[in-house]
Amino acid sequence: MSGGKTMDRRRFSKIVSGASAASVLGLAGCASGGGGGGAKVVVVGGGYGGATAAKYLREWSDGRIDVTLVEPNEAFVSCPLSNLVLGGSRQMADITTPYANLARRHGVKLVRDTATAIDAQARRLRLASGTELPYDRLILSPGIDFMWDQLPGMAKPGAREQVLHAWKAGPQTLALRRQLEAMPDGGVFAIAIPLAPYRCPPGPYERACQVAHYFSQAKPKSKVLILDANEDVTSKGPLFKKAWADRYAGIVEYRPRHTTVDVDAASRTLRFDFNDPVKADVLNVLPPMRAGAIAVQSGLATANGRWCEVDWLTLESVAQPGIHVLGDSVQIAPAMPKSGHMANQHGKTCAAAVIALLEGRPPNPMPLYNNTCYSFVSPDEAVHVASVHAYDAGQKTMLPVHGAGGLSVAASELEGRYGFAWARNIWADTLG
Amino acid sequence: MIGLVYKRCLIEQARREETSLNFPIFLGLAALLLGGATAPARAEAAPDALQLRSWAAACFNCHGPGGHAEKGNESLAGKDAEEMFRKLMDYKSGRKPATLMHQLSKGYTDEQLKAIVGWFAAQKP
Repeated sequence: MSGGKTMDRRRFSKIVSGASAASVLGLAGCASGGGGGGAKVVVVGGGYGGATAAKYLREWSDGRIDVTLVEPNEAFVSCPLSNLVLGGSRQMADITTPYANLARRHGVKLVRDTATAIDAQARRLRLASGTELPYDRLILSPGIDFMWDQLPGMAKPGAREQVLHAWKAGPQTLALRRQLEAMPDGGVFAIAIPLAPYRCPPGPYERACQVAHYFSQAKPKSKVLILDANEDVTSKGPLFKKAWADRYAGIVEYRPRHTTVDVDAASRTLRFDFNDPVKADVLNVLPPMRAGAIAVQSGLATANGRWCEVDWLTLESVAQPGIHVLGDSVQIAPAMPKSGHMANQHGKTCAAAVIALLEGRPPNPMPLYNNTCYSFVSPDEAVHVASVHAYDAGQKTMLPVHGAGGLSVAASELEGRYGFAWARNIWADTLG
Repeated sequence: MIGLVYKRCLIEQARREETSLNFPIFLGLAALLLGGATAPARAEAAPDALQLRSWAAACFNCHGPGGHAEKGNESLAGKDAEEMFRKLMDYKSGRKPATLMHQLSKGYTDEQLKAIVGWFAAQKP
């Protein structure tokens, strides 16, 4: 319900003004005989959230909505499983899926470009190429961006080419793998983790496992040093600690309460707020994160200037009617992780709600969905965390359902097989 | 043309106001049912077709779009509703061991599970 009145008023005046009344009403079945143009929805970002939204907007409107997906990358590269590429047991091709099916099977218009500005009044999105796309509703799923200003040394020339994050799967994944391959045996790989919330809570710990596994096979005298700004492991803690103790004893060292405040790329040194500096052979720094730049620049990051608050029935921004925000950019609901699985759920929830709003119907009054997240502790054994989230009308947010969800009992190959099956299925759901 | 559009808007607005009156009551009921994990069997408003599709779609991530799974997970499209429901209830009660379905099934009421398996059963296999 939140924002509903405002939106109605806005739509009301918009329709009266007649600017694009035909396109909006066309969907409501009130268009004059021609009936050609449906409503226009533009989706920014072809990750788990945006690609899913684009696909289901087309499918669930029976093709009546004109959907354009703006994405700079040629193909989808999955962050989930990308740590296995770092560990060497999977290749980039294994985690890469083309966008072609979105166009061929679903009629999504793919635009390979970057969104640079939003004119919310005129309802137009400007792209880096200079093209402007008009929309009736805009969906932003821009993922995360890094708060480089928190790490002054990373502004030095070349620093960001030397010290990688590899937290957006793609060229950096491969580049970090090459750094690990080039590191002499006996070296130290240090990964710096920011304070939560950040994208993929268990991801850094899974990465530590994958690198440790590679070291155990190829460079047994080497170490993995985890420098975590948080009080403790933020996800699947006992399961990761067991893996480090049992499988990677003498390789992995975990140090909590280490907040990285600066990086000297030239000397490969991390500086902390309280602790002594740490020098390593390969640094992997995950800077503090916030919503993708287009969302922040457009004034949608209403929570501390970092994350975007939304109406959980529609994923519509609380700051700007007509603009929806999905995935990692969103100010999360209680116990809701910033995960690809969750972004996919946002995408479907938003697609259904946008169709309802464009047709003049109320959206689903009780979204109900789940999160399933697998982490690999070796090339073929995984652990999971699962949860169910339901809309709470009183608090107007998604809340975890009491008594549901949980963790693996122990890492297993069976869960590893399910982890790969999860990936195949969610890729099919998002892009197939 | 403008007159027609204007009239249409008034109808839409009236419909919304009507909806917004009913909304909180319905949501309140839903929240009550949801929160009442220990509540006995109760009269739960059956979800409409689109709500049900959205609930079912939350299972696509692992069971494939429309319940047509890729290799490694179970397809649900066109499967027998009673059999799926029994299996879920067995997961929920702990009678049937699982890696995670016992954890996810506990997040849904029996009625929700029944409605969701009904949706999958109605899909083409």
